[in-house]
Amino acid sequence: MIEYVESKEIIAKRIARIFKTGDIVNLGIGLPTHVANYVPREVTVILQCENGLMGRGPTPAPGLEDKDLTNAGGDFVTVLPGGSFFDSATSFGIIRGGHVDYTVLGVLEVDQEGSLANYKIPGKLVPGMGGAMDLTAGSHIVVAATAHFDKSGASKLKRRCTLPLTAFGRVTIVVTDLGYFEVRGGKFHLLEWFKPYTPEWIQEKTDADVVTTSTSHCMSLD
Amino acid sequence: MVQKPIITAAQAAAMVKEGMTIHIGGFLACGSPNAIIAALAKAGTKGLTLVCNDTAVLNQKTGKATGVAPLVVNKQFSRMIVSHIGANPESQRQMDAGETIVDLVPQGTLAERIRAAGYGLGGVLTPTGIGTEVAQGKQILTIANKTFLLELPLPGDVALVKAKKGDRAGNLRYAKTARNFNPLMATACSVVIAEVEEIVEIGEIDPDDVHTSSIFVNYLVQAGK
Repeated sequence: MIEYVESKEIIAKRIARIFKTGDIVNLGIGLPTHVANYVPREVTVILQCENGLMGRGPTPAPGLEDKDLTNAGGDFVTVLPGGSFFDSATSFGIIRGGHVDYTVLGVLEVDQEGSLANYKIPGKLVPGMGGAMDLTAGSHIVVAATAHFDKSGASKLKRRCTLPLTAFGRVTIVVTDLGYFEVRGGKFHLLEWFKPYTPEWIQEKTDADVVTTSTSHCMSLD
Repeated sequence: MVQKPIITAAQAAAMVKEGMTIHIGGFLACGSPNAIIAALAKAGTKGLTLVCNDTAVLNQKTGKATGVAPLVVNKQFSRMIVSHIGANPESQRQMDAGETIVDLVPQGTLAERIRAAGYGLGGVLTPTGIGTEVAQGKQILTIANKTFLLELPLPGDVALVKAKKGDRAGNLRYAKTARNFNPLMATACSVVIAEVEEIVEIGEIDPDDVHTSSIFVNYLVQAGK
């Protein structure tokens, strides 16, 4: 008997291992922000914030916050040596121009065609897309980071998104608290599953086509 | 070099008339012209169209409102052209109640539409929004086998921008991520008013260090301490 326990930590840990030194990465607000805490010591990524910063550093110590230095979520951050600032047109030129390697963002729904929805629940909650549409349109690799199920227990991985789309067919990697998926050929390819889950259990609980490959395996992130 | 008038925040706010389109710099209140915003809230001018990255932050428990949020709370906007309203629940309430119109624009598209207005362009072609609601009603062009949306310029009547340093000629220098939309908006409006933390004499900013050329700026306002 497998029981689902939501874990943001495992999602952040797994995504942090995707990158290699020199990659330029944009981390969305919420869960994706935590990815930075788990990047292996030997790997140096360059964090971009779409409000106009390349080379984001850690959260400042209490009392050292600078009112003029925030991330795209409005949180105080720092800048690393070698970092730079720019206006919003340049920032999105960097993004749309294909100069960002990975964008990691949270989703309300992601589907097996690679579309994602995360900015609007009509008649209910309408936060707006912010930079997410540009980030998904322009980044080389779009990574969806999400708990596998929503609060009601429904699968957030879908055959087809039902909410208004943020991006059409742009997601190629999905990491949930059950496993690591590649999206291609209209299917979720489960490449890694996390303990205690099994491919069969994940397939049964996911409202989409999930397949395994000859190299799929169980992954331990301890 | 011609000196630009230094005016009060109240005088700046008085230049914003009912029905105008105003661009206000800042990103979740980082880099927003707070003294002029406070004066505009006091003036209470209504029927305005806002162009801004977002509607800033409103904490409904404490009543604390940052950036442009006090103007939203005051119901001074009949239209808001922004990329994000999620940190100010009053924005969505007014939208749902039909008290204001909210046009959600992808952030990079918003930046380019403002830039296009200031740079004499007839529009910009962007891949952002293809296959989403954002593309509805817009012209789609295929160039070299890639599809793009035609997005139109977004000019304004008055720009309210915030700079770290400015000289009496109107040359501006922004700080860190407080730059964001400010330099773009300074190119795109008929009247540009810069709220500046440190106003210095002409010659005290190295021309190499200027972010916004003085020619874009009409008035200076001393920022609060």
